[in-house]
Amino acid sequence: MTTTVRPGTPQRPSAVRLGLHRATIELKGFFRERDAVAFTFAMPAVILALLGSIFDGVYPGSDVTSAQYLAPSMIAAGVASTTFINLGTGIAADRDDGTLRRLRGAPMPPSAYFIGKILMALVVTVGETVLLLGIAVLAFDLSLPTDPVRWLTFGWVFLLGATACALTGIAASSLAGSARSAGAVMNLPYLVLAFISGVFYTPVGQLPEPLLTVGSLFPLKWMAQGFRSVFLPDSILPQEVVPSWEPGRIALVLAAWCIGGMVLCLTTFRWRGRRSR
Amino acid sequence: MTETPAIRVRGLRRTYGDTVAVAGLDLDVGAGEVVALLGPNGAGKTTTIEILEGHRHRDAGAVNVLGHDPAHADLDWRARIGIVTQDSGDLGELTVHESVSHFAHYYPRPHDPEQVIELVGLTAKATARVRTLSGGQRRRLDVALGIVGRPRLLFLDEPTTGFDPQARRRFWDLIRQLAGAGGCTILLSTHYLQEAEALADRVAVIVGGRIVADATPAALVGRATARTVVRWSDGRQETDDPAALIATLTTRYGGAVPELTVSRPSLEDVYLDLIGDGS
Repeated sequence: MTTTVRPGTPQRPSAVRLGLHRATIELKGFFRERDAVAFTFAMPAVILALLGSIFDGVYPGSDVTSAQYLAPSMIAAGVASTTFINLGTGIAADRDDGTLRRLRGAPMPPSAYFIGKILMALVVTVGETVLLLGIAVLAFDLSLPTDPVRWLTFGWVFLLGATACALTGIAASSLAGSARSAGAVMNLPYLVLAFISGVFYTPVGQLPEPLLTVGSLFPLKWMAQGFRSVFLPDSILPQEVVPSWEPGRIALVLAAWCIGGMVLCLTTFRWRGRRSR
Repeated sequence: MTETPAIRVRGLRRTYGDTVAVAGLDLDVGAGEVVALLGPNGAGKTTTIEILEGHRHRDAGAVNVLGHDPAHADLDWRARIGIVTQDSGDLGELTVHESVSHFAHYYPRPHDPEQVIELVGLTAKATARVRTLSGGQRRRLDVALGIVGRPRLLFLDEPTTGFDPQARRRFWDLIRQLAGAGGCTILLSTHYLQEAEALADRVAVIVGGRIVADATPAALVGRATARTVVRWSDGRQETDDPAALIATLTTRYGGAVPELTVSRPSLEDVYLDLIGDGS
Protein backbone atom coordinates (compact mmCIF):
# COMPACT_ATOMS: atom_id res chain seq x y z
CA MET A 1 0.00 0.00 0.00
CA THR A 2 1.41 3.30 -1.06
CA THR A 3 0.21 6.11 1.17
CA THR A 4 3.27 8.26 1.76
CA VAL A 5 4.34 8.59 5.36
CA ARG A 6 5.98 11.83 6.47
CA PRO A 7 8.55 11.65 9.20
CA GLY A 8 7.34 12.59 12.67
CA THR A 9 3.91 11.94 14.08
CA PRO A 10 1.16 12.79 11.65
CA GLN A 11 -1.71 14.70 13.18
CA ARG A 12 -5.15 13.32 13.54
CA PRO A 13 -7.75 15.57 11.86
CA SER A 14 -9.57 18.09 14.05
CA ALA A 15 -12.96 17.47 15.65
CA VAL A 16 -14.57 20.20 13.54
CA ARG A 17 -13.28 18.74 10.27
CA LEU A 18 -14.43 15.27 11.28
CA GLY A 19 -17.75 16.74 12.43
CA LEU A 20 -18.31 18.18 8.96
CA HIS A 21 -17.45 14.81 7.47
CA ARG A 22 -19.92 13.16 9.79
CA ALA A 23 -22.59 15.67 8.79
CA THR A 24 -22.26 14.71 5.12
CA ILE A 25 -22.39 11.01 6.02
CA GLU A 26 -25.42 11.60 8.28
CA LEU A 27 -27.23 13.55 5.57
CA LYS A 28 -26.52 10.88 2.97
CA GLY A 29 -27.81 8.23 5.36
CA PHE A 30 -30.90 10.29 6.17
CA PHE A 31 -31.94 11.27 2.67
CA ARG A 32 -31.35 7.81 1.22
CA GLU A 33 -33.87 6.26 3.58
CA ARG A 34 -36.76 7.48 1.49
CA ASP A 35 -39.67 6.33 3.63
CA ALA A 36 -38.13 7.89 6.74
CA VAL A 37 -37.56 11.14 4.82
CA ALA A 38 -41.13 11.17 3.57
CA PHE A 39 -42.65 10.57 6.99
CA THR A 40 -40.31 12.91 8.86
CA PHE A 41 -41.24 15.77 6.55
CA ALA A 42 -44.86 14.77 6.08
CA MET A 43 -45.95 14.43 9.70
CA PRO A 44 -45.99 18.11 10.74
CA ALA A 45 -47.05 19.12 7.22
CA VAL A 46 -50.03 16.76 7.21
CA ILE A 47 -51.08 17.84 10.70
CA LEU A 48 -50.89 21.50 9.65
CA ALA A 49 -52.91 20.81 6.50
CA LEU A 50 -55.51 18.75 8.41
CA LEU A 51 -55.98 20.95 11.46
CA GLY A 52 -55.79 24.07 9.29
CA SER A 53 -58.66 22.80 7.13
CA ILE A 54 -60.78 21.50 10.02
CA PHE A 55 -60.87 24.66 12.10
CA ASP A 56 -62.22 27.78 10.53
CA GLY A 57 -63.25 31.19 11.71
CA VAL A 58 -61.50 34.42 12.53
CA TYR A 59 -60.42 35.48 16.02
CA PRO A 60 -62.50 38.39 17.31
CA GLY A 61 -60.81 41.79 17.13
CA SER A 62 -58.35 40.60 14.47
CA ASP A 63 -58.31 39.27 10.92
CA VAL A 64 -56.31 36.18 11.89
CA THR A 65 -57.88 32.85 10.89
CA SER A 66 -57.58 29.67 12.96
CA ALA A 67 -55.29 28.17 10.32
CA GLN A 68 -53.05 31.21 10.32
CA TYR A 69 -52.84 31.06 14.11
CA LEU A 70 -51.96 27.38 13.91
CA ALA A 71 -49.23 27.76 11.26
CA PRO A 72 -46.42 29.42 13.31
CA SER A 73 -47.13 27.05 16.20
CA MET A 74 -46.87 24.09 13.82
CA ILE A 75 -43.51 25.41 12.62
CA ALA A 76 -42.37 25.21 16.24
CA ALA A 77 -43.74 21.65 16.45
CA GLY A 78 -41.98 20.89 13.16
CA VAL A 79 -38.68 22.12 14.58
CA ALA A 80 -39.23 19.96 17.66
CA SER A 81 -40.02 16.98 15.44
CA THR A 82 -36.93 17.27 13.21
CA THR A 83 -34.63 17.89 16.16
CA PHE A 84 -36.02 16.18 19.28
CA ILE A 85 -37.62 13.12 17.64
CA ASN A 86 -35.18 12.86 14.74
CA LEU A 87 -32.11 12.89 17.00
CA GLY A 88 -33.67 10.87 19.80
CA THR A 89 -34.70 7.99 17.54
CA GLY A 90 -31.63 8.35 15.30
CA ILE A 91 -29.17 8.07 18.18
CA ALA A 92 -31.11 5.19 19.76
CA ALA A 93 -30.80 3.42 16.38
CA ASP A 94 -27.08 4.22 16.23
CA ARG A 95 -26.68 2.68 19.67
CA ASP A 96 -28.63 -0.42 18.62
CA ASP A 97 -27.12 -1.18 15.21
CA GLY A 98 -23.47 -0.83 16.21
CA THR A 99 -22.80 2.64 14.77
CA LEU A 100 -21.75 4.07 18.13
CA ARG A 101 -19.66 1.06 19.01
CA ARG A 102 -17.79 1.26 15.70
CA LEU A 103 -17.22 5.00 16.11
CA ARG A 104 -15.95 4.49 19.65
CA GLY A 105 -13.47 2.01 18.24
CA ALA A 106 -12.14 4.63 15.82
CA PRO A 107 -10.01 7.58 16.93
CA MET A 108 -12.99 9.95 16.67
CA PRO A 109 -13.38 12.78 19.17
CA PRO A 110 -16.90 12.36 20.62
CA SER A 111 -17.72 15.97 19.75
CA ALA A 112 -17.37 15.13 16.03
CA TYR A 113 -20.33 12.77 16.34
CA PHE A 114 -22.50 15.44 17.94
CA ILE A 115 -21.44 18.14 15.47
CA GLY A 116 -22.43 15.79 12.66
CA LYS A 117 -25.79 14.95 14.21
CA ILE A 118 -26.68 18.56 14.98
CA LEU A 119 -25.69 19.83 11.52
CA MET A 120 -27.77 17.07 9.95
CA ALA A 121 -30.76 17.96 12.15
CA LEU A 122 -30.29 21.64 11.30
CA VAL A 123 -30.42 21.02 7.55
CA VAL A 124 -33.50 18.81 7.90
CA THR A 125 -35.14 21.39 10.19
CA VAL A 126 -34.58 24.22 7.73
CA GLY A 127 -36.16 22.07 5.03
CA GLU A 128 -39.15 21.25 7.23
CA THR A 129 -39.63 24.92 8.14
CA VAL A 130 -39.60 25.99 4.50
CA LEU A 131 -42.16 23.28 3.69
CA LEU A 132 -44.49 24.35 6.52
CA LEU A 133 -44.15 28.03 5.63
CA GLY A 134 -44.95 27.15 2.02
CA ILE A 135 -48.15 25.34 3.03
CA ALA A 136 -49.15 28.18 5.36
CA VAL A 137 -48.61 30.84 2.70
CA LEU A 138 -50.15 28.94 -0.22
CA ALA A 139 -53.05 27.18 1.50
CA PHE A 140 -53.88 29.46 4.41
CA ASP A 141 -52.86 32.92 3.15
CA LEU A 142 -50.33 33.53 5.89
CA SER A 143 -48.45 36.69 4.96
CA LEU A 144 -44.69 36.73 5.47
CA PRO A 145 -43.40 39.73 7.42
CA THR A 146 -41.45 42.40 5.57
CA ASP A 147 -39.96 43.98 8.68
CA PRO A 148 -36.34 42.73 9.09
CA VAL A 149 -36.70 43.00 12.87
CA ARG A 150 -39.31 40.25 12.74
CA TRP A 151 -37.01 38.03 10.70
CA LEU A 152 -34.28 38.69 13.25
CA THR A 153 -36.69 37.46 15.94
CA PHE A 154 -37.43 34.43 13.75
CA GLY A 155 -33.69 33.75 13.52
CA TRP A 156 -32.94 33.72 17.22
CA VAL A 157 -36.11 31.86 18.21
CA PHE A 158 -35.32 29.25 15.55
CA LEU A 159 -31.71 28.89 16.64
CA LEU A 160 -32.37 28.76 20.38
CA GLY A 161 -35.46 26.55 20.00
CA ALA A 162 -33.80 24.09 17.62
CA THR A 163 -30.69 23.88 19.81
CA ALA A 164 -32.73 23.32 22.98
CA CYS A 165 -34.82 20.58 21.34
CA ALA A 166 -31.78 18.97 19.69
CA LEU A 167 -29.87 18.74 22.98
CA THR A 168 -32.94 17.43 24.81
CA GLY A 169 -33.43 14.86 22.05
CA ILE A 170 -29.81 13.68 22.33
CA ALA A 171 -30.26 13.31 26.08
CA ALA A 172 -33.65 11.57 25.70
CA SER A 173 -32.17 8.99 23.29
CA SER A 174 -30.74 7.25 26.36
CA LEU A 175 -34.27 6.66 27.68
CA ALA A 176 -35.07 4.28 24.84
CA GLY A 177 -34.01 0.70 25.53
CA SER A 178 -33.79 -0.13 21.84
CA ALA A 179 -34.25 1.38 18.40
CA ARG A 180 -37.65 -0.26 18.18
CA SER A 181 -38.97 1.36 21.35
CA ALA A 182 -37.40 4.73 20.54
CA GLY A 183 -40.24 5.89 18.28
CA ALA A 184 -42.81 5.37 21.02
CA VAL A 185 -40.54 6.76 23.75
CA MET A 186 -39.88 9.97 21.81
CA ASN A 187 -43.38 10.50 20.43
CA LEU A 188 -45.29 10.42 23.70
CA PRO A 189 -43.64 13.48 25.30
CA TYR A 190 -43.70 15.21 21.92
CA LEU A 191 -47.45 14.75 21.41
CA VAL A 192 -48.30 15.62 25.00
CA LEU A 193 -46.22 18.79 24.78
CA ALA A 194 -47.76 19.70 21.44
CA PHE A 195 -51.20 19.66 23.11
CA ILE A 196 -50.33 21.44 26.35
CA SER A 197 -48.17 24.05 24.59
CA GLY A 198 -51.15 25.26 22.58
CA VAL A 199 -49.99 23.87 19.23
CA PHE A 200 -52.70 21.32 18.45
CA TYR A 201 -55.12 23.06 20.80
CA THR A 202 -55.65 26.71 19.83
CA PRO A 203 -55.57 29.37 21.01
CA VAL A 204 -53.11 28.79 23.78
CA GLY A 205 -54.97 31.16 26.14
CA GLN A 206 -57.94 28.73 26.23
CA LEU A 207 -55.91 25.87 27.74
CA PRO A 208 -56.87 24.80 31.28
CA GLU A 209 -54.62 26.46 33.83
CA PRO A 210 -52.81 23.32 35.18
CA LEU A 211 -51.92 22.08 31.68
CA LEU A 212 -50.73 25.52 30.73
CA THR A 213 -48.50 25.66 33.80
CA VAL A 214 -46.88 22.33 32.89
CA GLY A 215 -46.57 23.31 29.23
CA SER A 216 -44.87 26.57 30.20
CA LEU A 217 -42.01 24.63 31.75
CA PHE A 218 -40.95 23.26 28.35
CA PRO A 219 -39.39 24.95 25.32
CA LEU A 220 -42.12 24.14 22.78
CA LYS A 221 -44.65 26.59 24.25
CA TRP A 222 -42.12 29.42 24.09
CA MET A 223 -40.83 28.61 20.64
CA ALA A 224 -44.41 28.56 19.32
CA GLN A 225 -45.10 31.89 21.01
CA GLY A 226 -41.93 33.32 19.48
CA PHE A 227 -42.93 32.24 15.97
CA ARG A 228 -46.45 33.65 16.44
CA SER A 229 -44.85 36.99 17.37
CA VAL A 230 -43.06 36.89 14.01
CA PHE A 231 -45.98 35.98 11.74
CA LEU A 232 -49.10 37.29 13.50
CA PRO A 233 -50.24 40.88 14.07
CA ASP A 234 -50.39 42.28 17.59
CA SER A 235 -54.20 42.35 17.30
CA ILE A 236 -54.13 38.61 18.15
CA LEU A 237 -52.46 39.22 21.52
CA PRO A 238 -55.74 38.90 23.52
CA GLN A 239 -55.72 35.18 22.57
CA GLU A 240 -52.32 34.65 24.23
CA VAL A 241 -51.88 33.69 27.88
CA VAL A 242 -50.76 37.20 28.73
CA PRO A 243 -51.34 40.06 26.28
CA SER A 244 -47.67 40.33 25.36
CA TRP A 245 -45.21 38.32 23.20
CA GLU A 246 -42.77 38.29 26.13
CA PRO A 247 -39.59 38.10 23.97
CA GLY A 248 -37.34 38.37 27.00
CA ARG A 249 -38.97 35.44 28.71
CA ILE A 250 -38.91 33.38 25.49
CA ALA A 251 -35.16 33.96 25.17
CA LEU A 252 -34.62 33.14 28.83
CA VAL A 253 -36.57 29.85 28.84
CA LEU A 254 -35.09 28.65 25.55
CA ALA A 255 -31.55 29.55 26.65
CA ALA A 256 -32.13 27.78 29.96
CA TRP A 257 -33.18 24.64 28.05
CA CYS A 258 -30.06 24.89 25.88
CA ILE A 259 -27.89 24.91 28.98
CA GLY A 260 -29.98 22.28 30.78
CA GLY A 261 -30.05 20.09 27.66
CA MET A 262 -26.27 20.35 27.36
CA VAL A 263 -25.85 19.34 31.02
CA LEU A 264 -28.26 16.41 30.52
CA CYS A 265 -26.32 15.28 27.43
CA LEU A 266 -23.01 15.40 29.22
CA THR A 267 -24.28 13.55 32.29
CA THR A 268 -26.59 10.93 30.79
CA PHE A 269 -25.23 10.12 27.35
CA ARG A 270 -24.49 6.41 26.91
CA TRP A 271 -22.30 5.10 24.11
CA ARG A 272 -23.44 1.56 24.78
CA GLY A 273 -26.84 -0.09 25.01
CA ARG A 274 -28.27 -0.73 28.43
CA ARG A 275 -27.65 -4.46 28.25
CA SER A 276 -23.97 -4.24 27.38
CA ARG A 277 -21.57 -2.50 29.70
CA MET B 1 9.10 -2.84 18.65
CA THR B 2 9.41 -6.62 18.52
CA GLU B 3 10.71 -7.04 22.07
CA THR B 4 7.78 -5.39 23.85
CA PRO B 5 4.63 -7.56 23.83
CA ALA B 6 1.62 -6.12 22.01
CA ILE B 7 -0.70 -7.47 24.69
CA ARG B 8 0.05 -8.46 28.28
CA VAL B 9 -2.78 -9.56 30.57
CA ARG B 10 -2.44 -10.73 34.17
CA GLY B 11 -5.22 -11.92 36.46
CA LEU B 12 -8.04 -10.42 34.41
CA ARG B 13 -11.45 -10.76 36.04
CA ARG B 14 -14.93 -9.66 35.00
CA THR B 15 -18.26 -10.72 36.46
CA TYR B 16 -21.82 -9.94 35.38
CA GLY B 17 -23.96 -10.19 38.50
CA ASP B 18 -23.37 -13.72 39.74
CA THR B 19 -21.86 -14.94 36.49
CA VAL B 20 -18.08 -14.99 36.28
CA ALA B 21 -17.23 -14.31 32.63
CA VAL B 22 -13.47 -13.95 33.00
CA ALA B 23 -11.86 -15.63 36.02
CA GLY B 24 -8.21 -14.69 36.35
CA LEU B 25 -7.01 -14.79 32.77
CA ASP B 26 -3.34 -14.44 31.76
CA LEU B 27 -2.33 -13.85 28.16
CA ASP B 28 0.67 -12.58 26.23
CA VAL B 29 0.71 -11.68 22.57
CA GLY B 30 4.04 -10.73 21.03
CA ALA B 31 4.35 -8.05 18.38
CA GLY B 32 3.67 -9.51 14.95
CA GLU B 33 2.12 -12.67 16.40
CA VAL B 34 -1.23 -14.13 15.36
CA VAL B 35 -2.94 -15.60 18.41
CA ALA B 36 -6.27 -17.39 18.41
CA LEU B 37 -8.48 -17.32 21.47
CA LEU B 38 -10.28 -20.63 21.07
CA GLY B 39 -13.18 -21.68 23.20
CA PRO B 40 -16.85 -22.66 23.30
CA ASN B 41 -19.67 -20.13 23.43
CA GLY B 42 -19.79 -18.33 26.75
CA ALA B 43 -16.16 -19.07 27.58
CA GLY B 44 -15.34 -15.38 27.97
CA LYS B 45 -13.76 -14.73 24.57
CA THR B 46 -15.79 -11.66 23.66
CA THR B 47 -15.64 -10.14 27.15
CA THR B 48 -11.85 -10.53 27.13
CA ILE B 49 -11.48 -9.00 23.69
CA GLU B 50 -13.82 -6.12 24.52
CA ILE B 51 -11.80 -5.32 27.65
CA LEU B 52 -8.61 -5.32 25.56
CA GLU B 53 -10.30 -2.99 23.03
CA GLY B 54 -11.25 -0.58 25.81
CA HIS B 55 -14.95 -1.19 25.13
CA ARG B 56 -15.69 -2.81 28.47
CA HIS B 57 -14.42 -2.23 31.98
CA ARG B 58 -12.83 -4.92 34.12
CA ASP B 59 -13.23 -5.82 37.76
CA ALA B 60 -9.60 -6.74 38.41
CA GLY B 61 -6.31 -7.52 36.76
CA ALA B 62 -3.55 -5.75 34.88
CA VAL B 63 -3.98 -5.12 31.17
CA ASN B 64 -1.46 -3.56 28.83
CA VAL B 65 -2.21 -3.16 25.15
CA LEU B 66 0.41 -1.43 22.97
CA GLY B 67 1.89 0.14 26.08
CA HIS B 68 -1.35 1.53 27.48
CA ASP B 69 -4.16 0.49 29.76
CA PRO B 70 -7.14 0.30 27.39
CA ALA B 71 -9.47 1.55 30.14
CA HIS B 72 -7.68 4.92 30.05
CA ALA B 73 -6.52 5.01 26.46
CA ASP B 74 -6.61 8.11 24.30
CA LEU B 75 -7.41 8.65 20.63
CA ASP B 76 -3.77 8.26 19.57
CA TRP B 77 -3.87 4.76 21.04
CA ARG B 78 -7.19 4.10 19.24
CA ALA B 79 -5.54 5.12 15.97
CA ARG B 80 -3.06 2.24 16.39
CA ILE B 81 -5.61 -0.54 16.90
CA GLY B 82 -8.21 -2.00 14.57
CA ILE B 83 -11.43 -3.62 15.72
CA VAL B 84 -13.71 -6.08 13.97
CA THR B 85 -16.61 -6.79 16.29
CA GLN B 86 -18.88 -9.81 16.25
CA ASP B 87 -21.86 -8.34 14.46
CA SER B 88 -22.81 -5.01 13.02
CA GLY B 89 -25.84 -3.59 11.26
CA ASP B 90 -24.74 -0.01 10.69
CA LEU B 91 -23.86 1.95 7.53
CA GLY B 92 -26.81 0.41 5.65
CA GLU B 93 -27.54 3.31 3.30
CA LEU B 94 -23.91 4.16 2.52
CA THR B 95 -21.90 2.48 -0.20
CA VAL B 96 -18.87 0.33 0.50
CA HIS B 97 -16.56 3.02 -0.86
CA GLU B 98 -18.22 5.82 1.11
CA SER B 99 -17.92 3.80 4.31
CA VAL B 100 -14.26 2.93 3.87
CA SER B 101 -13.18 6.40 2.79
CA HIS B 102 -15.19 8.00 5.60
CA PHE B 103 -13.44 5.87 8.21
CA ALA B 104 -10.07 6.55 6.58
CA HIS B 105 -10.56 10.21 7.57
CA TYR B 106 -10.32 9.44 11.27
CA TYR B 107 -6.74 8.16 11.07
CA PRO B 108 -3.49 10.09 10.78
CA ARG B 109 -2.01 7.91 8.04
CA PRO B 110 -4.65 5.64 6.55
CA HIS B 111 -4.36 3.20 3.70
CA ASP B 112 -5.77 4.18 0.34
CA PRO B 113 -9.48 3.21 0.57
CA GLU B 114 -9.51 1.73 -2.95
CA GLN B 115 -6.60 -0.54 -2.13
CA VAL B 116 -8.23 -1.71 1.09
CA ILE B 117 -11.45 -2.46 -0.77
CA GLU B 118 -9.46 -4.44 -3.31
CA LEU B 119 -7.59 -6.30 -0.58
CA VAL B 120 -10.84 -7.54 0.96
CA GLY B 121 -12.19 -8.41 -2.48
CA LEU B 122 -15.05 -5.93 -2.59
CA THR B 123 -13.96 -3.88 -5.61
CA ALA B 124 -16.93 -5.14 -7.63
CA LYS B 125 -19.21 -4.04 -4.78
CA ALA B 126 -17.57 -0.64 -4.13
CA THR B 127 -20.60 1.36 -5.20
CA ALA B 128 -23.19 -1.00 -3.70
CA ARG B 129 -25.15 0.04 -0.63
CA VAL B 130 -23.91 -1.77 2.46
CA ARG B 131 -27.37 -3.15 3.25
CA THR B 132 -27.34 -5.10 -0.05
CA LEU B 133 -24.17 -7.03 0.84
CA SER B 134 -24.25 -10.71 1.77
CA GLY B 135 -23.15 -11.78 5.23
CA GLY B 136 -19.67 -12.67 4.04
CA GLN B 137 -19.26 -9.45 2.08
CA ARG B 138 -20.38 -7.46 5.11
CA ARG B 139 -17.81 -9.20 7.24
CA ARG B 140 -15.12 -8.32 4.72
CA LEU B 141 -16.25 -4.70 4.84
CA ASP B 142 -15.93 -4.87 8.64
CA VAL B 143 -12.34 -6.03 8.15
CA ALA B 144 -11.73 -3.23 5.63
CA LEU B 145 -12.92 -0.69 8.20
CA GLY B 146 -10.79 -2.38 10.86
CA ILE B 147 -7.57 -2.13 8.82
CA VAL B 148 -8.03 1.12 6.88
CA GLY B 149 -6.29 3.06 9.67
CA ARG B 150 -3.13 0.93 9.28
CA PRO B 151 -3.40 -0.66 12.76
CA ARG B 152 -0.45 -2.25 14.53
CA LEU B 153 -2.85 -4.54 16.37
CA LEU B 154 -6.07 -6.00 15.00
CA PHE B 155 -8.85 -7.60 17.04
CA LEU B 156 -11.12 -10.03 15.20
CA ASP B 157 -14.03 -11.35 17.24
CA GLU B 158 -15.36 -14.58 15.68
CA PRO B 159 -14.81 -13.22 12.18
CA THR B 160 -16.13 -16.20 10.21
CA THR B 161 -19.16 -17.34 12.22
CA GLY B 162 -21.91 -18.18 9.76
CA PHE B 163 -19.60 -18.44 6.73
CA ASP B 164 -19.79 -21.29 4.26
CA PRO B 165 -16.54 -23.28 3.96
CA GLN B 166 -15.49 -21.55 0.74
CA ALA B 167 -16.03 -18.06 2.16
CA ARG B 168 -14.13 -19.09 5.28
CA ARG B 169 -11.12 -20.17 3.27
CA ARG B 170 -11.11 -16.90 1.31
CA PHE B 171 -11.29 -15.01 4.57
CA TRP B 172 -8.39 -16.97 5.99
CA ASP B 173 -6.26 -16.00 2.96
CA LEU B 174 -7.05 -12.35 3.67
CA ILE B 175 -6.03 -12.64 7.33
CA ARG B 176 -2.81 -14.42 6.34
CA GLN B 177 -1.97 -11.54 3.98
CA LEU B 178 -2.51 -8.99 6.75
CA ALA B 179 -0.35 -10.91 9.17
CA GLY B 180 2.34 -11.79 6.64
CA ALA B 181 3.03 -8.80 4.43
CA GLY B 182 1.18 -6.35 6.68
CA GLY B 183 3.14 -7.31 9.79
CA CYS B 184 0.02 -6.73 11.83
CA THR B 185 -0.37 -8.31 15.27
CA ILE B 186 -3.69 -10.16 15.36
CA LEU B 187 -5.77 -11.48 18.23
CA LEU B 188 -8.74 -13.41 16.95
CA SER B 189 -11.40 -15.32 18.79
CA THR B 190 -13.07 -18.32 17.28
CA HIS B 191 -14.89 -21.47 18.23
CA TYR B 192 -13.65 -23.25 15.13
CA LEU B 193 -10.67 -25.42 15.84
CA GLN B 194 -9.73 -25.55 12.17
CA GLU B 195 -9.66 -21.79 12.00
CA ALA B 196 -7.29 -21.52 14.94
CA GLU B 197 -5.08 -24.17 13.38
CA ALA B 198 -5.10 -22.51 9.97
CA LEU B 199 -4.35 -18.97 11.08
CA ALA B 200 -2.66 -18.82 14.43
CA ASP B 201 0.98 -18.94 15.49
CA ARG B 202 -0.37 -19.78 18.92
CA VAL B 203 -3.67 -21.07 20.24
CA ALA B 204 -4.93 -20.09 23.68
CA VAL B 205 -7.81 -22.33 24.71
CA ILE B 206 -10.21 -20.49 26.97
CA VAL B 207 -12.78 -22.27 29.12
CA GLY B 208 -14.79 -20.80 31.95
CA GLY B 209 -12.94 -17.50 31.73
CA ARG B 210 -9.47 -19.06 32.07
CA ILE B 211 -6.75 -20.07 29.65
CA VAL B 212 -6.48 -23.87 29.99
CA ALA B 213 -3.89 -24.39 27.26
CA ASP B 214 -1.58 -22.04 25.41
CA ALA B 215 0.57 -23.62 22.73
CA THR B 216 1.34 -23.69 19.02
CA PRO B 217 -1.18 -25.68 16.97
CA ALA B 218 1.57 -28.23 16.32
CA ALA B 219 2.20 -28.69 20.04
CA LEU B 220 -1.50 -29.28 20.61
CA VAL B 221 -1.44 -31.90 17.87
CA GLY B 222 1.67 -33.38 19.51
CA ARG B 223 -0.33 -33.78 22.66
CA ALA B 224 -2.88 -35.72 20.65
CA THR B 225 -0.43 -38.15 19.04
CA ALA B 226 1.06 -38.99 22.41
CA ARG B 227 -2.12 -40.82 23.23
CA THR B 228 -2.51 -43.06 20.21
CA VAL B 229 -4.56 -46.16 21.02
CA VAL B 230 -3.74 -49.48 19.31
CA ARG B 231 -6.36 -52.25 19.51
CA TRP B 232 -6.22 -55.82 18.20
CA SER B 233 -8.22 -59.04 18.69
CA ASP B 234 -7.03 -59.81 22.21
CA GLY B 235 -5.42 -56.60 23.43
CA ARG B 236 -5.42 -52.80 23.71
CA GLN B 237 -2.52 -50.44 24.42
CA GLU B 238 -1.91 -46.68 24.58
CA THR B 239 1.40 -45.65 23.14
CA ASP B 240 3.31 -42.66 21.83
CA ASP B 241 5.13 -44.85 19.31
CA PRO B 242 2.43 -46.88 17.55
CA ALA B 243 4.75 -47.97 14.70
CA ALA B 244 7.09 -49.77 17.11
CA LEU B 245 4.19 -51.47 18.87
CA ILE B 246 2.68 -52.68 15.61
CA ALA B 247 6.06 -54.02 14.51
CA THR B 248 6.30 -56.02 17.74
CA LEU B 249 2.76 -57.31 17.30
CA THR B 250 3.43 -58.30 13.69
CA THR B 251 6.43 -60.35 14.82
CA ARG B 252 4.37 -61.95 17.58
CA TYR B 253 1.54 -62.97 15.23
CA GLY B 254 3.97 -63.90 12.46
CA GLY B 255 2.10 -61.75 9.94
CA ALA B 256 -1.06 -59.69 9.90
CA VAL B 257 -2.31 -58.63 13.31
CA PRO B 258 -5.97 -59.71 13.69
CA GLU B 259 -8.53 -56.90 13.97
CA LEU B 260 -5.84 -54.22 14.20
CA THR B 261 -7.02 -50.61 14.64
CA VAL B 262 -4.92 -47.58 15.35
CA SER B 263 -6.80 -44.49 16.53
CA ARG B 264 -5.22 -41.13 17.05
CA PRO B 265 -7.37 -38.75 18.99
CA SER B 266 -7.84 -35.80 16.66
CA LEU B 267 -7.06 -32.24 17.59
CA GLU B 268 -10.77 -31.96 18.12
CA ASP B 269 -10.64 -34.71 20.75
CA VAL B 270 -7.85 -32.85 22.55
CA TYR B 271 -9.87 -29.68 22.41
CA LEU B 272 -13.04 -31.38 23.62
CA ASP B 273 -10.99 -32.96 26.38
CA LEU B 274 -9.58 -29.54 27.36
CA ILE B 275 -12.96 -27.89 27.50
CA GLY B 276 -14.25 -30.74 29.66
CA ASP B 277 -16.63 -32.09 27.06
CA GLY B 278 -14.63 -35.17 26.05
CA SER B 279 -15.99 -38.68 26.53
